[in-house]
Amino acid sequence: MTTSNTEYTRTAIGLHWIIALLIFAAFGLGWFMTDIPGFSMAKLKYYNWHKWMGVTVFLLAVIRLLWRFLHTPPALANSIPKWQQLAAHAVHWGLYILIFAIPLSGYFYSLASGFPVVYLGLVPLPVLIQPNADLAHTLKEVHELLNYSLVLLLLAHVGAALKHHVIDNDGTLARMLPFLRK
Amino acid sequence: MRLNHVAVLPLLAVGMFSTVAMAAPIDVSKSTISSTGKQMGVAVTGAFKKFSGDVTFNAAQPAQASAKIDVDVASYDMGLPEYNKNLLTPEWFDAAKFPKATFRSTSIKGSGSNFTVTGQFTLKGKVQTVSFPVVVKTVGATQVFDGTLTVKRTAFGVGSGDWADTSIVADDVAIKFHIVAPVK
Repeated sequence: MTTSNTEYTRTAIGLHWIIALLIFAAFGLGWFMTDIPGFSMAKLKYYNWHKWMGVTVFLLAVIRLLWRFLHTPPALANSIPKWQQLAAHAVHWGLYILIFAIPLSGYFYSLASGFPVVYLGLVPLPVLIQPNADLAHTLKEVHELLNYSLVLLLLAHVGAALKHHVIDNDGTLARMLPFLRK
Repeated sequence: MRLNHVAVLPLLAVGMFSTVAMAAPIDVSKSTISSTGKQMGVAVTGAFKKFSGDVTFNAAQPAQASAKIDVDVASYDMGLPEYNKNLLTPEWFDAAKFPKATFRSTSIKGSGSNFTVTGQFTLKGKVQTVSFPVVVKTVGATQVFDGTLTVKRTAFGVGSGDWADTSIVADDVAIKFHIVAPVK
C-alpha cells in the first residue's frame, strides 16, 4: 500500500467530472420535466433521457468505486485540521452512497410505476419488481429526499473546495482540476 | 344521422339474427382485453375495463361459429390517470366521437383447439379485415378463447400529429384477449 500518491489518476479525475456533469444534467432535467403538466411527446422523451442518464451514472459509479478501491487517493494537505479532514471524508462517502442510491431509487420508482427501463431504447434492463402504486409513491418521495440530500452534500463539497482554493490556497481543488496547479 | 341509421339497419338485423342463433354473451367479469405498445422501447400495457360481446362456438362446427366484441375505448386504463385522460383526446382514441372499437367475425376456421378467426375490426371509425389465431379451451361449463391480434395503430389514426412518429411510439400494438363464455 503506497501512501505517497500526490495526485488522483487521470481515470479518477475523468470519472469524477463525467459523473458530475451527468448528475447536473439529470437533476436539472428531473426538476424541469416533473413540472410539465399533462402528457406530451417531449415529456415522454425527457423522462426516458433522465432514466438513461441515471443508468449511466450508476454504471460509471460502479466503475468509479472499483477504481477507488484499487487506487489510493492522494492524502489531504497536512495543513488541514483533522476535523475538517474527517468531514471531507464523510461528505465524500456520502456522495458515493448517493450516486448509487439515487439512480437505484429512480429505477425502482420507474418499475413500481409500471415502466421498465430500456437503456437507450435498446437494452431492456431487468424488471426486478412488479407495478405497485403505493410503493411507487414511497419511492418517488425517497428519490426526491435523496436528491435534496445530494444538494446539501454538494453545497458542502463545492463550498469546501472553493474555500480551500480561494482562502487557504492549499492546492486541494487542483487535485481534481490539475490545470489549476502552480 | 338518418343516413347512418339506414346504414346500421342491416348490421342490426345480422346482430338480431345471430342472437337467435344461440349466441352466448361473454362473461365480462372473467374476460380481459388489454393492449401493449412500445414507447421508446418500453412496453406499456393497458386494459380495457368495459366491453361486451357474444360468442357462438362449437368446435365441431366452426363454420357456424361467430364472435362479436364491443369495446368501450374510454375504459382504457394504463394505471396512470394522466395517461388515461390523454388517450381520450382526438389525437388518440377520440373517445367522444368514436366511443367503441368493435370486432365482428366473418369466418372461423380450424379444428381441435386451434382456430383462425377472420373479421372486421373497427377502431376510431376505420375498418380493417384482420385475421388472427385463437386457442380454445373448455374449462368446466365455460369456453375460454385466448389470442393476440397485432394491429398498426397509425392505420387507424390512433396517435396522430407528433405522435404519428413511430420511432418514439411503435406502430405495432398487440391486443391480447382472454374471453370466457358459457358453453351453449
